[in-house]
Amino acid sequence: MGNSQPLSSWADWLKPQRNRMIVLMILAAVAMVIPVVANNYLLEVLTNAWFYTILCLGLNIVVGYAGLLDLGYAAFFAVGAYTTGILTSKFGFNFWLTIPFAVGCSMLAGVIIGGPTLRLRSDYLAIVTLGFGEIVRIIARNLEITGGASGLIGIERPYFFGIQLNQGIHFYYVFLLLAIAACYVSYRLQHSRLGRAWQYVREDEDAAEAMGIDRVGVKLHAYVIGAMFGGIAGCFFAAKMTAISPETFTFAQSVLILLGVVLGGMGKIPGVIVGAFALVLFPEVFRGVGSMRMLIFAIVMLVIMLYRPEGIWPRVKS
Amino acid sequence: MALLQVQDLLLSFSGLEVIRTLDFAVEEGSIASLIGPNGAGKTSVFNCLTGFYRPDAGIIRFAGKSLIGRKPHKITQAGMARTFQNLRLFKSMTVLENVMSGMHCRTSAGALGAVFQTGSQQREEIRIREVSEECLDIVGLLSKKEVYAGNLAYGDQRRVEWARALATRPKLLLLDEPAAGLNNDEKKALIALILRIRDTLGITILLIEHDMGLVMEVSEKITVIDYGRKIAEGTALEVQNNPKVIEAYLGSEEEGDFL
Repeated sequence: MGNSQPLSSWADWLKPQRNRMIVLMILAAVAMVIPVVANNYLLEVLTNAWFYTILCLGLNIVVGYAGLLDLGYAAFFAVGAYTTGILTSKFGFNFWLTIPFAVGCSMLAGVIIGGPTLRLRSDYLAIVTLGFGEIVRIIARNLEITGGASGLIGIERPYFFGIQLNQGIHFYYVFLLLAIAACYVSYRLQHSRLGRAWQYVREDEDAAEAMGIDRVGVKLHAYVIGAMFGGIAGCFFAAKMTAISPETFTFAQSVLILLGVVLGGMGKIPGVIVGAFALVLFPEVFRGVGSMRMLIFAIVMLVIMLYRPEGIWPRVKS
Repeated sequence: MALLQVQDLLLSFSGLEVIRTLDFAVEEGSIASLIGPNGAGKTSVFNCLTGFYRPDAGIIRFAGKSLIGRKPHKITQAGMARTFQNLRLFKSMTVLENVMSGMHCRTSAGALGAVFQTGSQQREEIRIREVSEECLDIVGLLSKKEVYAGNLAYGDQRRVEWARALATRPKLLLLDEPAAGLNNDEKKALIALILRIRDTLGITILLIEHDMGLVMEVSEKITVIDYGRKIAEGTALEVQNNPKVIEAYLGSEEEGDFL
């Protein structure tokens, strides 16, 4: 963690609770009214940004709070998406009824993978989660019920009080609300007994254990809650896209989500949101330079990591 | 009956015997010490007691229950707290947050309670804070509760460790070289603190220590070990005059000033 670095002035200004609330209110208001002025393209990009915000916040619980390196997070997102996809397209379930199943399945996946592996030290865990992510994708590719390599199509769009959610603006608000909920849950968890336990374990596992903290138990909590975030995001993703295929849930996807967390600043909610937005907006901003854009994206990220190894968001520390 | 009873404890690392058939007991409400030259196996004994090492054989009974095979966090929950020889604080957290870690095993709120801010969760948070502040008050660090632990002076960091151990509400407190690196004033304060913890909180204390002045002053019973074996046991006076102890210490350069 090292010594404290100088604070930038805007971070100083953000310290008092009142100033934070003002900024939060303005941002929320902007997010709420943006669809009125935005064109379809911008709306789609922003929807995508909120979507990645949910995923990044979920992974942040695992990586940022509990300090576990997870390289297969897309698997949980896949489990959620496929659960909803299969239940609606093959069994005719109402979308809303699939949510508890999607949550249940992704949490179960978290227990199955986390239970035996969380005893391992972090580098081994990274390898196992990487493998797990690939296993889930390959299973989805080869099972009949998941539609094989072409995936599932014809996932019905949900109705909300009689209105079918079928326009960009609908999904913008769906993902915005989910992202706000994800922020709230993250914030509450971070400042709770469980959140502190994650931090203790992250800082010094042995000392945490000597203080009576069940190391494996609290890690499993982080893992399962993170999986749940991914599952919920996946289930709404399936509803928005109406079609899902195994290639959405590649290793690259897992890395991208992890990148958002690390780029913005692990363990810091505003940082993770900034990271998720950076992830989605950078490639769009540089769309003009054509095939060079991914290269520029990579360079920008390298520069950020070189000059701000703790992420874009400043560390507020006395 | 003794609060802590160790019988025939045996620990080896790939054939090397670190502790060989060690027996000792700590009476409830007493202050006991475990001493011995460097490498005698003192910290290994602590690690066996607290579940960090699994002994090859032997019996460890604490408050009437066997501790063999129990995980460290379960042992802490059962009422045995420890401090570390080389400080193991959560350095980037505040002093108060450090101490709050001790209350973890005495509380139960989970994720749902935190998300929905239930009444019991909020009451529990208040209680965690209160108990932690009390513990900080006992060690005299309450005024520094919002300071990051890593920014404290060394002596103060030690105090945070004691407060953190106290916050687990222990029956038995294991102190691993509590005086290491402390100056004379701090040592005096430590002696007063050890006595106060025992006398006012009724917590039994077992300490490992190199500072003989401190050991002789506070301990009611001293167990001396060398090469993982008990070589003497008794009061400060008895131990000091024991020829085996003198021999064990004379062989060690570092402890040459013992006599």
